[in-house]
Amino acid sequence: MPLHSDMATAHGRDLPRPASEDAGRAGRPIIAVRALRKHFPIAGGLLGRPQAWVQAVDGIDFAVAPGETLSIVGESGCGKSTTARLLMHLIVPDSGQVEFEGEVIGERQGISVRDVRRRMQMVFQDSHASLNPRLTIEDSIAFGQRAAGVADAAAKAQARRSLDMVGLTPSMFAQRYPHELSGGQRQRVNIARALALEPRLLILDESVSALDKSLEAQILNLLEDLKTSLNLTYIFISHDLSVVQYISDRVLVMYLGKIVEIAPVADIYGAPSHPYTQALLASRPTQNPRLRRSAPPLTGDPPNPISPPSGCRFRTRCPLAKRICAEREPSLAPAVSHGGHLVACHARHGGSNYEASAA
Amino acid sequence: MSDVATTKADIAIVGRRPPSRSFWNNVGRRIVRDRVTMICAAIILAIVLAALFAPYVAPADPYRTSMARRLLPVGAPGHLLGTDELGRDILSRLIYGARLSLVMGMAPVVIATLVGGLLGVVAGYAGGFKNMVIMRVIDIFYAFPSVLLAVAIAGVLGAGVGNTIFSLVLVFVPSLARVAESITIQIRNQDYVEAALATGASDWSVVRHHIIPNVTGPIISYASSLISVSIVLASGLSFLGLGITPPEPEWGLMLNALRQAIYVAPMNAVIPGLMIFVTSMCFNLMSEGLRAAMDVKQ
Repeated sequence: MPLHSDMATAHGRDLPRPASEDAGRAGRPIIAVRALRKHFPIAGGLLGRPQAWVQAVDGIDFAVAPGETLSIVGESGCGKSTTARLLMHLIVPDSGQVEFEGEVIGERQGISVRDVRRRMQMVFQDSHASLNPRLTIEDSIAFGQRAAGVADAAAKAQARRSLDMVGLTPSMFAQRYPHELSGGQRQRVNIARALALEPRLLILDESVSALDKSLEAQILNLLEDLKTSLNLTYIFISHDLSVVQYISDRVLVMYLGKIVEIAPVADIYGAPSHPYTQALLASRPTQNPRLRRSAPPLTGDPPNPISPPSGCRFRTRCPLAKRICAEREPSLAPAVSHGGHLVACHARHGGSNYEASAA
Repeated sequence: MSDVATTKADIAIVGRRPPSRSFWNNVGRRIVRDRVTMICAAIILAIVLAALFAPYVAPADPYRTSMARRLLPVGAPGHLLGTDELGRDILSRLIYGARLSLVMGMAPVVIATLVGGLLGVVAGYAGGFKNMVIMRVIDIFYAFPSVLLAVAIAGVLGAGVGNTIFSLVLVFVPSLARVAESITIQIRNQDYVEAALATGASDWSVVRHHIIPNVTGPIISYASSLISVSIVLASGLSFLGLGITPPEPEWGLMLNALRQAIYVAPMNAVIPGLMIFVTSMCFNLMSEGLRAAMDVKQ
């Protein structure tokens, strides 16, 4: 995107780079997240005052380069979907900031939430629940443009173009209602709705997880095609590691509201560094009967996010845990091996006193 | 050759795809197929038409009294359903009375649906503090038994059509607001509302296109079940002398007046009550039919 790098120099902005930004990539990130935090209150007692806080997302930093696909993986409840909603400002973060194409999202300065929502769109997991049963497909897709003040006819024309892009013939589908469509068709409609606003970044929150395997492949191929033809950037949230391997450029691994590892896809799958990532990969079903394992690589549930363990949050289930892991929280820093690979683990950081620490 | 032919045939079949039907379209089709609902609708329609064209349908003047012809039995010549304690033709009074009784049944429900629905949707969508303020005020009204509340308000304001409607509106608003609020909260948490908000649309536009179309069905279904309650309550207020005032023909009032004649002419006394019963039951069954027609997995 030469246009945007021009703009950056023109404005003379020299923003501090987030720590996690991939050093190998040139140019400004399309989205940069700094110290993003969201704790949900648990109300209780007579007056409904918060009794405790669920630390859904607890201070995460990352950046996504234009044109790349960043996947976010992790167990259920690790904060993947909360992160997506924080990026869209569907949930207001407690602290931290999100910067879109160099502009901070906020009320006072930078880019407004409404504007950013048009440039950044989201596709949800449940294709059925994410379409209004009372609206025709066309009206559902055209809604966003109409709400932005686009004339009725133009919004409908755009809706039909989007339908065409996702491979649904407008004359066949525009006037239908969601219940008349199959799951795969509905998810295409959801993608079409997101595309109708001509976003630069698409957040796919478990968007293919609910589809059967053949449909999943169809939609993934469609997403790949759209990405090239429309110059999109994806944030792909999933728990399916095979799909993630197929679609991603980089992978971000979350555990209990924190980023534990972020690295190019080949590194994550070829040389996972964090013990949690290793366990996650080992839990993948394999096609090779000789490699099958019966013992789960990870036991037990993740700890309670209301009162996470001190120090490293993974230490309660970690085979490498030592005393230092309970005492100090590991920062997300380059792994011993090489640069673009960031990991939050004392055992993988040089000079972290891990070797010297008692077991 | 044959390949081309098949393709063309396929396209032709595709072209004749049955038209898509909206939710309300489907509900309408299912209601038409529901026999009980259709019979009830026919009865209500007959009563409404009779009320509208009362001067043409009624066999006699509903206000003309005759001391000589008091409490004539059902089937008396010239008076199909007999006469009342002042010698007025009961059938004619029932037909004219349908006007007020239907207004008293519908008007409070319609007004209360608009007011209560609005309050409920606002409270449910806004959430938080606004929700708390609206719903706690509603709860205060909810705490009174409905009949007592209606009697108390009508008693304070005095008898009359307007006051009766007002007191019934106050009786129905709390329950309608509660229903509207809970449905709105349910809809508000749907992914499609989140997706709509994610397009950068304003709250009002999300409410108008995504919330309201989805809450109206359940609210109407609930409101329609209140029409029968409203008819009975309005009749009850008239019966107590707090609603319609004599000599206006109204079913509850007629029931009250003929009550004194129950030992002399029991059939005459029962007839207005029977009308209230039949009408409210028809409204109830229609509401049930509507609910069933809307209760479909889509």
